[in-house]
Amino acid sequence: MPLTDALRDDILATVPSLRAFAISLSGSGDRADDLVQETLLRALANIDSFQPGSNLPAWLFTILRNLFRSDYRKRRREVEDAEGNYAKTLKTQPSQGAHLEFEEFRTALEKLPQDQREALILVGASGFSYEDAATICGCAVGTIKSRVNRARSKLAALLYVDGAEDFGPDETVRAVIGGNG
Amino acid sequence: MKDAKSQAKNAPPGRQGGLNAEIQARIGHQLRAMYDDVVRQGVPDRFAELVRKLDTPTAAHQINAEGGSGPSGGGGANNQEDGRD
Repeated sequence: MPLTDALRDDILATVPSLRAFAISLSGSGDRADDLVQETLLRALANIDSFQPGSNLPAWLFTILRNLFRSDYRKRRREVEDAEGNYAKTLKTQPSQGAHLEFEEFRTALEKLPQDQREALILVGASGFSYEDAATICGCAVGTIKSRVNRARSKLAALLYVDGAEDFGPDETVRAVIGGNG
Repeated sequence: MKDAKSQAKNAPPGRQGGLNAEIQARIGHQLRAMYDDVVRQGVPDRFAELVRKLDTPTAAHQINAEGGSGPSGGGGANNQEDGRD
């Protein structure tokens, strides 16, 4: 469809969510914004192939996700190094209560296999239906559902089961006793 | 966000390995908090200018020609490797 002002507005309205998705995928703000920029250029170049009345956010997310995938394959090693360093940085930061928990969540999210992470984000944060998420990821609806379930289970295991002692009263008690000894 | 965090501190952790409703809710809340943190930043100027100033699709065609498949409106053919798991 032609690039009308209304369509430009709709594209811009999707940008904040595209950025959030890109950051969730790539873990890096700078790289995420490059990804968003490339997505917008690609979308504008191919605006003729957008079907009026169809789901614009889903169309844009599909482009971004495919760009990330092709980029990721090229740069896999580089990315893994970056994530490893990022995780190390977090571990050396001073404990800051809520902030630490937030970072722990982000780190746990980065440990998920990519298929599961993107499915969880699309459904759990972006608010797409399972059907739209399946379209964006180019897979069956059942596959998305199972990826989301596995992502939730793994996050729960990483954050709330294996590390349960970190949140329980035991540690506090031990700290008090240890402080006296 | 602060409410959820203090709740998370006080809540008993799930030890049974299953996903109880409370843990599910916590994960959902943290996921959205992280995401909405970025969404609330709005549209950076560089993107607003890009979308408003690019007049015709032809200006961007060169970028598209560089590689990869363009958007196809649905899942592209290059999504097929995903069936592995």
